[in-house]
Order: sequence, then structure tokens, then C-alpha cells
Amino acid sequence: MDWGAIFNNAAVELISPTTAAYALAALGLAVHFGYTGLLNFGQAGFMALGAYGYAISILTFGFPVWGAFLVGIGASIVFALILGIPTLRLRADYLAIVTIAAAEIVRLLFTTNTFASVTGSANGLSGYKTEFAALNPLAEGSYGFGPFENNAYDTWLRIVAWSIVILAALFVWQVMRSPWGRVIKGIREDEDAVRALGKNVYAYKMQSLILGGVFGTIAGMIFALPRAVVPSNYQTTLTFFIYAILLLGGAATVLGPIIGSMIFWVLLSFFSGFISRAVEAGWLPFMTTIQGGQLRFILVGVAIMLIVIFRPQGVFGNKKELAFVR
Amino acid sequence: MSANAGLDPAAPPEPPVPTQKPIKTTGLHVGEAEPGCRKVDPILVVDKVRRTFGGLTAVDVDHVEVPRGAITALIGPNGAGKTTLFNLLTGFDKPDDGTWTFNGRSLAGMPAYRVARMGQIRTFQLTKALGLLTVMDNMLLGAKGQTGENMFRALLPFLWRHQEEENRAKALDLLTRFKLDSKKDDYAASLSGGQRKLLEMARALMSDPTLVMLDEPMAGVNPALTQSLLDHILNLKSQGMTVLFVEHDMHMVRHIADWVIVMAEGKVVAEGDPHEVMKNPAVIDAYLGQHHDEDIGEDSDAETEHVFAIKELLDGER
Repeated sequence: MDWGAIFNNAAVELISPTTAAYALAALGLAVHFGYTGLLNFGQAGFMALGAYGYAISILTFGFPVWGAFLVGIGASIVFALILGIPTLRLRADYLAIVTIAAAEIVRLLFTTNTFASVTGSANGLSGYKTEFAALNPLAEGSYGFGPFENNAYDTWLRIVAWSIVILAALFVWQVMRSPWGRVIKGIREDEDAVRALGKNVYAYKMQSLILGGVFGTIAGMIFALPRAVVPSNYQTTLTFFIYAILLLGGAATVLGPIIGSMIFWVLLSFFSGFISRAVEAGWLPFMTTIQGGQLRFILVGVAIMLIVIFRPQGVFGNKKELAFVR
Repeated sequence: MSANAGLDPAAPPEPPVPTQKPIKTTGLHVGEAEPGCRKVDPILVVDKVRRTFGGLTAVDVDHVEVPRGAITALIGPNGAGKTTLFNLLTGFDKPDDGTWTFNGRSLAGMPAYRVARMGQIRTFQLTKALGLLTVMDNMLLGAKGQTGENMFRALLPFLWRHQEEENRAKALDLLTRFKLDSKKDDYAASLSGGQRKLLEMARALMSDPTLVMLDEPMAGVNPALTQSLLDHILNLKSQGMTVLFVEHDMHMVRHIADWVIVMAEGKVVAEGDPHEVMKNPAVIDAYLGQHHDEDIGEDSDAETEHVFAIKELLDGER
């Protein structure tokens, strides 16, 4: 058993762009669910809009990177408005139903053959990386050390991805300790009380939905840059993985989603490496390597269950808050 | 600790009366004290407000005026439409039709948050303390016109830090008056039911309202705390605010109200001075039913209830 390789592969995930993308998407959900109390089950839809918005702008319309970036953000703001205008006046559960359905509609629109010339249908899109790589100021060669050693493009991608995550985290941290954040947290507790104090609750909920959605969209772009854009990546399971990360780290925290994402991906990579080697070594004679690939999700699920049972406030959550959960 | 001073179990039970002698405001109305009578200086004027739920007419108020600078009680049996009227007047519910003005400005169709910004602040029958916010944050949320409540200005603390300090000082002052200052850094969820009522009232005062609408401020509050709540309500008046409150406790109504509006089955059936209005036959009818003096036999349970209610009503006249 090559433990060195298993741990090495797990460590790679610690700062991979995918981890950054999930961290950013989970930060968006923290704004929605943890701070405002909005049940957004359509974060995968926001991510899909980011990925497709970026890829289509570059491939079909030949936009520069910043133009493609703005198109993705614009798409997610429009999406948030479409979701929010009819549902934010209603109770929280309505938003949950609408978002989960809307995210599926988005994914199916990108999958359908009708728009295959633009969206690539089920095969998705690729070949949109050159524009981003052209912005790379780093010279050819390899950077970093040990498991964190990468070529110039991958290093550039990691720097950009994590810089965005850090900026977003600072943004959320600052905004949540301001009077704006106080109103947002008040809405989570009881929106009628906040309304009775003269705050336009509807406008605040809309701002929160857009802010978290834009984070999800940027996460979708980061998620798309190391791979191709394939519609099946944006299924509802993606949203639930992000919820798992959020609860793992602590719902109403800034660091929680980021560390949660690191824990999630390191565990996933560790279990996947461990199981596939254990199957090869004949430790699990009743299992094929394909079955082993699924078992890792079961093990991650068990690990998350254990954390939620024994540390229900998440890694960074405040234990005191749980004493008063209704 | 100071907040619990009145809760000492060894203390003898005291009747819920304010420690200060209330100064009654009189001469509020013009002409006869009848339902819908004109007031010398009305702050809230309600005209033909109607709200139906399916076949049930919950509120059907033809005309009523609330006098400025006084404490007005809105009473009536359960299901009379008092809370529904509150919800309509504060924008939390929409009437089928009708108009009402506050300080001369029409409020019909205005959303709840704008009603609150105009200075008409309400509290709720079931307290809505924001549990996972600290007591201080609850208070700060009540302040009006905060620069930092804009998402982009929130990013630049130097724009709102000064205002925040001012609000904090004001909140601390209010909390001290309501004896909650020692609790300022605790979660509001850790307060007792009565303290939450106090917090909700203190929070409403953060916006310097002109009209404070209290929905059953005494419900679920123990007698010792009732006393301090009564004092606080009287203080609101002495500071120039107008108070409109819904209450079932007749002792409290008689003690602090300057004017009483009685509702039954959605309509205003009587108005007047708290001592006079209790003698009004329409009020006794509303509480006891029109045939309370006729013997209808068996129903002994209802009979005992009637006796209780009559005693309540006549208590204050002795």
C-alpha cells in the first residue's frame, strides 16, 4: 500500500482550484442560509450560469476574460431577480422549492440539443482556457514544493482562485459586522420584527440573494477553468455537497465554508485513493474498483454525519447559538 | 441582576398597579362620548376600514379617532378584531377597503416598513425578540436612518462608525431605564418572557416614534414585572408619545388609559373615559352577550364565567 501517494494526492486537494470553487460557492450559501435564512437549493444553477456564461462568451462571442466574467455575473443577477421577485415575499420554504426547480431548468436548458451549437449539449464546452492562460504573468516552469508543485498555468489559476476566495471572505466578514449585516441577521431571526422596525426586508433579502448568487457564479467560473464545462456536473447533488461543506464548517461563519471545503476535498481524495488501492491489494474482495469509487462518497457521508452529530455547530460555529435553537 | 430585582420569590404579591400615580388626560373628545366621536386633536383617523376572511368580517370600523398625547386602550372580547385592526393600521395586512391617516397623511396601501419609518411603531402579541442577536444588537436594529445599512457603505466603516457610537450610547441609556443593561451582551433568546417584552418596547423607542402601538403588552408577564411595564407605558406619555394598546387586563386599562375604545365583532361599539365606558350597556352586551340577564337554564359553566366577567367590570366602580 502506497500511503505516501495517498496522502500526497489528498494534500493536493487542499489548495486545488476545485476546493476554492466549492469554498466560494459555500460562502455564497453562508450568506443565503447562514446569515439571511434563505433556503437556496439552487446554488448549482448559479454555478452553471457562471461556467456557461464565461465559456459561451469566449467561445461564441469572442469576449475578453473580463467581459466574459461580467456576462456570467450579469446572468446570475438576472437569475436571482427572477427567483426572488415572486418568492421573497413568501415564506422561506417557497424559495427552496423554486430554486431547486430553477437550477434544474437551467441545467436542462444547457443540456437540450436545441441549443447544441452554443452550449455543446450533453458534451459540454471546452477550449476556453487560452484567454485566461494568456493573462498569466508567470514564466514557464514549475512553482511550489511537494504536493503543491504545479506548472505555470496551474499556479496562476490557484493564485487567482484563492485571491478571489480571500477577497470574498473579507467582504462577507466586513459586511456582516456592519449595520447591514445586523439587519440581515435580524431577518433570519424574525422578518416581521425587522419590518416593524422600518427596514425594507424584501430589498435586503434580494440583496442577499444576489450577493450569494454572484459568489456561486464566480465559483462556477473557477470550477470550470481546470476542466470542461459539462452539464451533468451541475446536478442537484452539487448543491447538496455545498450544503454539506457549509454545515461542516459552520453555517453563519466566514472561515467555516473555506475550511469545510478543504476538509471535504481532502477527505474525499483520501478515501478515494485508499479504497482503490485497498481493492487492488485484495483487502476488499467483495468489491470492484468501480464500486470502490462510489464507496468514497459513503465514507465522506459517514464522516460528515459524525461531525454533525458530535459537533453540530460545525467546525467554526458558536456552540452558544445551539442552546437556543427552537 | 437588577433586571430581576422585582422577581424575589419572598416578596409579598403586589397588585399590578403603577408605582407612580397616573395623571389622566381629560377633555379629549368633542361632543358626546359615542362610537366614532370626534377628538380635539386626533393622531390616527380610521375611516370605513373593512377586512373579511372568507365569509367572516373580522374588522368593519366605520370611523374612529385616536387622540394625540394620550394613552388609548383598545379592548374587546376575544375575536373582536383588535389584533386584525392593529395589523391593518400598521401595514402588516391589507384591508378590503377603507382609508386611514396618521398625522394627516394617508397610510392606505403603505408597506409596513414605511409605516414604521413615519413614526408609528408597533410591538407584537407574541414577542418577537431576535433570539440569536445580542440584546444590544436588537436595540441598534431599532435606530432609524442608519448609513451603514446600505450594503456598499457598510464596507467603509468610517462612514458609519460615528453614528453607530451615538446609537450605542442611546441604546445603553434606554437599556438602563428598562433595567436590561447588564444583559446587553447576552443573546436575546436567553431573556425571560417579561424581559423580552421590555426589550421589544425599548427597541421600539430607539426610533423616537410618535405613536407606539402595543399589542397585549401584559400577556404572559408576571405581576411584579407588570408593574414596571405600566410605569414604562406611563413614561411614554410623559415624554410626549401617543400610546395605543390592546389589553385584556381590566385593572391595567382602568389604571393607565385616558380613553378606551371597545370593539366587538369587528365594530367599535363604545368609546369613552375608562370609568364611564364600563357602565355602557353596549360594553356589557359585548362581553356577556345580549341576553345575559335572561335565564337560559343549564349552561352552568358559562354562568360562572359571566359572574367572573361582571365582577371584573364592576370592580373598578367600587
